[in-house]
Order: sequence, then structure tokens, then C-alpha cells
Amino acid sequence: MTGTDGAEPGTAVETHAPKPVSVGVAVISDDAVENPGFPPYRPRVSDLDPAKERQNERRIFWLFLASMVGSVLAVVAYIVFPIHEGDMGSVRLNNLFLGLGFALGLLGIGFGAVHWAKSLMHGHEEVEQRHLTRGKPETVARAGEIFTIANEESGFTRRKLIRNSLIGALALAPLSALVIFRDFAPADNPVTLLKHTLWEEGVRLARDPSGAPIKASDVTLGSVFHVIPENLHESSHPLEEKAKAAVLLMRLLPEDLNVSEGREDWNFRGIVAYSKICTHVGCPVALYEQQTHHLLCPCHQSQFDITREAAVIFGPAKRPLPQLPITVDEEGYLVARSDFHEPVGPSFWERSL
Amino acid sequence: MTSATSADAASETQVAKLTADGEKLFAANCASCHGLQAQGTEDAPTLIGVGAASVDFQVGTGRMPMAAQGPQAEKKPVQFTDEQIAALAAWVASLGPGPSIPEAQYLEGDDLATGAELFRINCAMCHNVAGAGGALTEGKFAPALAGVEAKHIYEAMITGPQNMPVFNDANISPEDKANIISYLKYVEESGSPGGLDLGNLGPVSEGLFVWIFALGAIVAITIWLTAKSN
Amino acid sequence: MSTDTATATTAAPAAEQKAPPGPGMRFVNWGANYIEDRTSLSGMVKELGRKIFPDHWSFMLGEVALYSFVVILLSGTFLTFFFQASMAPVIYEGAYPTMKGVEMSAAMASTLDISFEVRGGLLMRQVHHWAALLFVASIGLHMLRVFFTGAFRKPREINWVVGFLLFILAMAEGFTGYSLPDDLLSGNGLRIIDGMVKGVPVIGTWISYLLFGGEFPGEAIVGRLYMLHIMLLPALVIAAIGVHMILLIVNKHTQFAGPGRTQENVVGAPILPVFAAKAAGFFFIVFGVIMVIASTVTINPIWNYGPYDPSPVSAGTQPDWYIGFADGMLRLIPPHLETEIFGFTFTWYILIPIVVLGLFLVVVALYPFIEGWVTGDKREHHIADRPRNAPARTAIGAAGVTFYAVMWAAASSDLIATHFRLSIEWVTHTLQALLILGPIIAYLVTKRVCLGLQKKDREIALHGFESGRIVRLPGGEYIEVHEQLSDYDRWRLVSYEEYAPLMVRPNTNGKITVSTKLRGALSRWFFEDRIAPVTRAEIEASHHGH
Repeated sequence: MTGTDGAEPGTAVETHAPKPVSVGVAVISDDAVENPGFPPYRPRVSDLDPAKERQNERRIFWLFLASMVGSVLAVVAYIVFPIHEGDMGSVRLNNLFLGLGFALGLLGIGFGAVHWAKSLMHGHEEVEQRHLTRGKPETVARAGEIFTIANEESGFTRRKLIRNSLIGALALAPLSALVIFRDFAPADNPVTLLKHTLWEEGVRLARDPSGAPIKASDVTLGSVFHVIPENLHESSHPLEEKAKAAVLLMRLLPEDLNVSEGREDWNFRGIVAYSKICTHVGCPVALYEQQTHHLLCPCHQSQFDITREAAVIFGPAKRPLPQLPITVDEEGYLVARSDFHEPVGPSFWERSL
Repeated sequence: MTSATSADAASETQVAKLTADGEKLFAANCASCHGLQAQGTEDAPTLIGVGAASVDFQVGTGRMPMAAQGPQAEKKPVQFTDEQIAALAAWVASLGPGPSIPEAQYLEGDDLATGAELFRINCAMCHNVAGAGGALTEGKFAPALAGVEAKHIYEAMITGPQNMPVFNDANISPEDKANIISYLKYVEESGSPGGLDLGNLGPVSEGLFVWIFALGAIVAITIWLTAKSN
Repeated sequence: MSTDTATATTAAPAAEQKAPPGPGMRFVNWGANYIEDRTSLSGMVKELGRKIFPDHWSFMLGEVALYSFVVILLSGTFLTFFFQASMAPVIYEGAYPTMKGVEMSAAMASTLDISFEVRGGLLMRQVHHWAALLFVASIGLHMLRVFFTGAFRKPREINWVVGFLLFILAMAEGFTGYSLPDDLLSGNGLRIIDGMVKGVPVIGTWISYLLFGGEFPGEAIVGRLYMLHIMLLPALVIAAIGVHMILLIVNKHTQFAGPGRTQENVVGAPILPVFAAKAAGFFFIVFGVIMVIASTVTINPIWNYGPYDPSPVSAGTQPDWYIGFADGMLRLIPPHLETEIFGFTFTWYILIPIVVLGLFLVVVALYPFIEGWVTGDKREHHIADRPRNAPARTAIGAAGVTFYAVMWAAASSDLIATHFRLSIEWVTHTLQALLILGPIIAYLVTKRVCLGLQKKDREIALHGFESGRIVRLPGGEYIEVHEQLSDYDRWRLVSYEEYAPLMVRPNTNGKITVSTKLRGALSRWFFEDRIAPVTRAEIEASHHGH
């Protein structure tokens, strides 16, 4: 099945059809209908009627003239429809009329040229003979001869040692080029980086994008907050950290939450925080339905049930969204109790190591 | 929490009359599902504490009274006059404290960029970046926002109708809600600088357009181009 | 060269009157001789100038792709003068009101500036993007034409593979370009790519790390994609187009069966002047159509999407159409497909789509060789099949198209749900079932349709077509008069070949190998239902019958 075109010599099929150009399995009928040959030329109106010919000529002229008008109009549009800073209406007019001018300039040439070719240029079909793609036998033989001579003169097959060492050298040479790609990324180990986020004990939960901290009392039933760590703006890589640390915060009735063992103190009076980064391929899972308590990812439709610790209930994802353990500090602001207890976002090979 | 929602300076007698009218309207039109005292039944939730804003949104956009049980209540032609809606709202508001109808100053902001950014972070995942709407689970959807009145957008944010979360004033300040509304109105009114917007549905409508119209037009031209001239 | 032809046209009337050559003509002659003395270009003109190209609308689709690519090069060059491929954060102080004061990358800011501050900048962006969508779409349609007419058969297998590479390169060009503005939509697209790369066993984490120059999103990716987008990939595309064109000239174009047309000739218009005029005119038409669309229809409104930020996302986040099939496959995978073995994570919901898509593409790339092996046909083919005359191949193609279309539809499952008022879960489950059943149904239905059409062709070839004239016979019976086809029209219907499956025979050692058996079985399946072409005897018999 490697697509070798069935050329392996000695197979049943080959011996059956040993000719260099086999007819394959086509059934050549002695009684096939014969090719009737070329039909007579059907003259065009412009071949017969000089008036029509002149008419076509005029039409083509008008098309080319329209093209010239279009190109001039484009230049005019460029000048008379300037862009006024901040005025989107002026951008729209500039785009529209400049484009239509260009378009007329192009279409006039195009339709004119094609119309010319169709109606006025020589209309008869011409015939060219085909030949087998393979070169003439003498040519093929000569090419083979050249290779034989080249082989003899260089000793490519005779001098096995240097030939093989050349092959080895050629195979190894690209390896050195591969190495220099290492510095495409910094020296750190990505696995370590992927397993940690900015969250740690005492880091306040803050609103995205303002960075204002959130009090537990702000989070009323049914509301959802898009959250970043308060220290995000101090980070030297805010986007990379945000891509891991983004969190969704919502409040449910405490009795609606099914809390598993060991996670009893991860929520604060029904306020829960989950990673916003989908465990499928990393889109922000941000669609929270406040009545069903389902989270939906808009990219690939994975659904997570917040009442069951963000378990996957639909879609391609496998793992629940990691939960961020939270509590409040003495001023009543929500803070993290620790980092996530597992890596956030899409799976990777070394994830559980 | 009530900064946007201070009560009108209407005299107490007017309020009392409005509330009484509202009670009658409620008994006639809403009580069969929500209960005579709006205490809620198996079919519908309690309305105590939902505030005037909820009523104004639900009834003012025609979502209530609901026509039939479905995945969610949908926008319909409005069933009541503005006075009737105000009366219903006044009565429901009298049942318990809740968000009231926003004042005009909170319906227009001056910081489009902040409005746009907050909209992207808090709203776009359901309603789409240009407010074109989007799918939710089990047949529910976030509606398109074009043509929705500013006060209804505001009320939706503070009351969280159906599955929409609540965005209270601690989450998004009244000024920022106004900025979000202004951003939406800007997108709706300014139109796309590039021409037709194809429903703002992104690459899907662009892809369909290129296959159907662009390639369709070009294939039609190729047929003309290769046909014999007569 | 171009100035030569321009002057030649204006000087043409003078030459007709056999007057002494005017100054224009004298200059042309001098110029032609000057170039000829130094390049021997006449040889090429002699070889190619009157080369014949057959005319059929479907033969123009590859040209659409070529011309869109030229449009992409032209508009793209304009854009490079303004675009900054940098992810360095800047505060946008440009013209667009809803972005003022927002922090974004220089790439995004410069794209907004191109759109709103450069006259014609938005137009060129839209030309570039629309042309890109058209480029990939026309390649796809061109491939379908080549597939369904069997134009990939010997000697054109290699050119099919080159064309396939162009398809892949075009998608790569498209995706790298889509990501350059660093907007929210494309940024989430890159995030998905990052997630997929990380799911690759053993090397995934490191590949992602190297690709993004650190952790996602980093500050490197736009610059890197830009290099690929404007240098490496275009160079490869141009090289592949060159090979594609050379092989086209060497193999000459296929033609449809028609009176006078045989395996040994090409019938059509010579390059100079008719074909050249049509092809050049068609370039301007394609460019013009793209221009009309770009001036009236928005594409990729990044000003709505906003700058990339890892936290927000928009409902209806989709890639451009040609990546849709991959995104759709990701959506169709059933839940919970991930396992841990010795602490290593096997992310099947990534691996299965990659393998399925990879296999699909490999089968597409190698199809000419597979069919050649199954049919055992080693002759050259220059007459394009009518799709109905190769029912098995057409049915396979229809199954492939269905498979692709279901994956493609899945990429917009959320929009299907909202627009047809369905639930997203129902849409997903239906598409999952269709992904398996759809191709099978498409195969069976298409094959029956092909055979039905062949039967109808046979009927018409033998008995003519219904003229619409009803005649009352002396016995009172009404019949519709059938009119016979002319020999020329009939030839189109009867000039195809009949095939028989390969026989399974022992080899020289007297053994029947497994591959021979497999090949025999596949060959029987490929040729199992056949309608024999009409013979002369049958036509004569039918004529006597009337």
C-alpha cells in the first residue's frame, strides 16, 4: 500500500502484463464506436458579418476606455475621499470608492481582453500532437550512458569507503544546524514553569483588568468575576502569567456545592474560584450560566459543572478545571490559600510527573 | 449598591396609586405562574427582591409574560404600555429591596475604550465581541445586542436575567456599565468601516461568502470565458 | 518584453499596409534582435508560443489560484511597508475611538494604523485577506476537478503531489498571516495551536516552548510567523508553482473527450494570441472581482476583536475556513479521552484528531499511486474522465468530500445551533454520527447516481433523446418521437473505456502473495459495477429497431 504503482517485478500481475506500457485492465473492444473526427467549424457572427465585427470592436474599445476611467476615478477617489482622523465614515468612503475605481480599472482590461480573444481573434481550434512523456529511446540510452561514464570517471560505486563516508558526512551535517535552535527559547525548563502560577498564599484576587481587589461581600449570588492575581501587574511577564493565572470567581449557595474530601476549606461561603483556562486546548472557559452553574468553552464546547467541582459534562475535555483554594484576609478581601494544586490549562506530556 | 437607582422624587400618593395598579395587573397577568403574592411556584421563581429593574427588563423586552416553556424566555413584542410596566415594576419593587430602573446619566458613558475592554472581558464570550450573540448549552443562547435599549442592557447587567450572571456595582461600576453601553451603541451606529459586516459572525460568514459569492462569481465568469462566441 | 508587445500592437496597422517599417516597428525589431543575440529566446518562443491549451471552464480553476496568489503578493508587499511584526507593548494613540489608550502589541497597533490612517490601507488589507481565502478555496476546487476527472493519472501523479504540497503551503501561509495582527481572535487561535502542540507526546512541551520563545504567548511568535509568512513560505510556494507549471508544460493539459480529440492530440487555442489574451484578461478579472469584494465587504475586523489578552474570548471563535476542518475534528472527539501511563500523559483528544487528519491528508496526497496500484493501469491518460464513467472513484471522492464537510461544519457547530435554533449538544452528536455514516452514505448514493447517469447516457446514445414531440400512431397509440444524436454528440457519451478487475494469478514461484490477493480484492471492488460503453453493433441494431 505504499503507492509503488505495483511495479514489484515478478508479481502475478506483472508477469501477466510484461509490456513496458501495459494496457492495464482496460477492455479494448473491436467493436467500439469510432471517433467521428473534428466537426466542421461553426463560424461566429463576427466572422460572417463585418457590421458585427465592428460592433464587437467598439465594445472592446468601450471596455478598455472604462478601465481608463476607472483608474482615473481611483486617483480622484484617493484625493476627494481623504481619511479624517477618527471618522470611520470617511474610512468607509475611502475604502469603497478607491476600491471601486481600482476594480473598474481591472475589470475593464480583463473583460475587454477576453472579449477580444473570444470574438475577434482567430476562432479555429488548433491541434497539437502529444508524444509519450518518456523521452525517445536514444535519449534515454544516452542519459544512462552519461551516468555510467560519470560513475566510472568518479568511481562513485567502486570507491565504497569514500562514498559511504560522504553519505555519513552529509547525514550528520544538518545535525549541527539543529542544535542552534535551542536558543529559540530561554534556558529555563518549560515543565517547571508550566506547573506554577503567580498564585500563592495571601495573594489577593483582583478584578480583570483593573487589578482592584475583591471583597467577599462584593460577590453576590449569581454573579461572576473575571479575576487576576493582584500582583500580576508587578510581574515582568504579565501576559504569560495571566495566561496561566486567569481565574473565574462565582458564588453559589453553599448547599449547591458538592465538595470532595480535602477541599472543604477551598471555598469561602459558597464563593469558588476555578482556573479559566480550558483543560482541553487552553481557550478561556468564560461562559458561566448562573442558573445551571455550567461553564461552557466557546471554542470547542467543553462543559464543566461548577456544582461538581468543574467536572466535564460535555465536549472533548477530560480533566475538571483546577480549583484555586481561597479564603479571606483580615480586611475581608478574597485571597488565595496556595497555588493551584495541579498544572492549569491543556495537558502536556510531563504533566503528572 | 444603589447609586444608580435612587428613587424618583414622585410624590408618595402617586407611588401608592402606581403600586395599587401594579398589583391588579400582576394578579391578572403574572400571578398564575409567579403566585398571587409573587412568592413563586413550581413553574416560576419568586419575584420578591428582584427589584423594579427586573420587571422593566423582562416585561419591557417582551420576555414576560412568557409565551411557552422553552430553553429560555425570548424577546417578543411588548405586551404592556409603558405606564403598565411602570406600575408592575413599582408593585414588585415594593415587595422587597432590589435593583431599580437606572437613571439616564448611567446610560451613556464617555470612555469607549474602557467600555470595549470590559465588554471583551465580561460579556464577549457569550454575546460575541461585536454583540452578535452566541450559543449556550442545551439550546439556550446569548442574544444579539444590536437594537436593545440602553436601559435594558443596564438592567440585564444588574439583574442577571435567566442564565446571565449578575454584574453588581462592585463588579462593574455604574460608570463602567455606561461605558459598556456606549461602546455597544458605537459599534451599532458607526457600522463597519470596511463595508458590509456579514453579521459580525467572523470567519464562518467570511468563508461562506468566499465560497458562494466570490468563487461562484468567478466560476460563472469562467463558463462565459470558455464558451464559444456565437 | 512588456514594452515590446505594447509597441507592437500600436504599430500593427502600419505593417499591414506594407509600408516601410515605422519608427515603432524599427525599435521593436532592434529590441527583439538585441535580446535574441544575448539570450536565444526565440527557441523558447518557438516551443511555447503556439502550444495548445484546451478550453473548458473547469480548467480555469488552477488559474484562479495562481492569480489570487499574484494578488496576494502585490497587496502583501504594500502591507509590509507599514506593518510592524513586533509584540512589544505600546499604548495605542491612533484614530479608532474604542481602542484609544489601550495597551497592545506594536503589531496590532500598526495593523489598526494601516486600516484607519493609511488611505487604501484598509482596502489592501481586505484585498489581501479576501484573496487569501479565495486562493485556498480555488486550490480546493481545482483539486476536486482534477480528482473527479482522473486527471491525476499517469503521467501526472507527481504534479498532483506538487499541487497537494501547494494546498498545504497555502493553508500554512493563510494561518501564519491570520495570526500576525495579534488580535484577540487569532491570539486564541494560537492558544489552541499551543494546546495542540503541548498534547504531542514526548516533545510537545518543548516544541511549544521553542515555538513561542518561552511560555505562551511570549513576545516572539508574531515576528517568527512573519518571517515564515513573507519569506520562507512564499519562496516555497513560488518554487512549487514553478515545478507545477513546468510539469504542466511537459505533460500538456488533459482534455475532455470530444470529436476529433484523442489520447494523441491536444485540441484548443494556441498560447499566442488567444490563450494568452484570455489568461491575461482573466487575471485582471479575478483581481477585479477581489477588488469589488474588498471595497464592499469587511473581512477580519480586528478593531472589533481588540488586542490579544489571554483572559477574554469571543463567542463564535473560529479559524479561517481552511483550518475549520481541523478545529471541527477537535470538537467532535468524545469526552474523557486521556490516559496516564507511568506518569506520562497521553492526550488522545489531541492525538486522534492529528492522526485522523494526517491520514486523511496522506491518502489525498497518495491517491494517484493507490488507484494506479489497484487498477494496474500503467498507460498514460490524457483524456479526462467524466466523473460518472469512473463510479468507484467518484464515490470515493464524494465520501472524502463528505468527511471533510462534516469536520468543516463542526467548526461552526455553535453558529449552526444558534441560527437553526438547535442545541449545541444535539448538533455535536449529529455531526459525530455523520462523520462516520456520512461518507458511507455518500459513497453508496454517489455510486448509484453515477451508474444511473451512465445508463441514461447509454439510452440516449442508442435511442436518441426525447424530442418533446408526441405523435399518434395509426393504432391510436401515442408515442414521443426520439431524435437521434449526431455522431459528434454521441461520441461524447460513448468514448470511455471499459475495465475489468485484475485477475489474481500466482507469481513465477507459483505463489499467490497477500499483496496480490489484496490488490485483486480492491480491484474487484473498484470495478465491480460497470456499464459497458455502447458498441457499433448496438447502435446499428437500435437504428434498425425504429
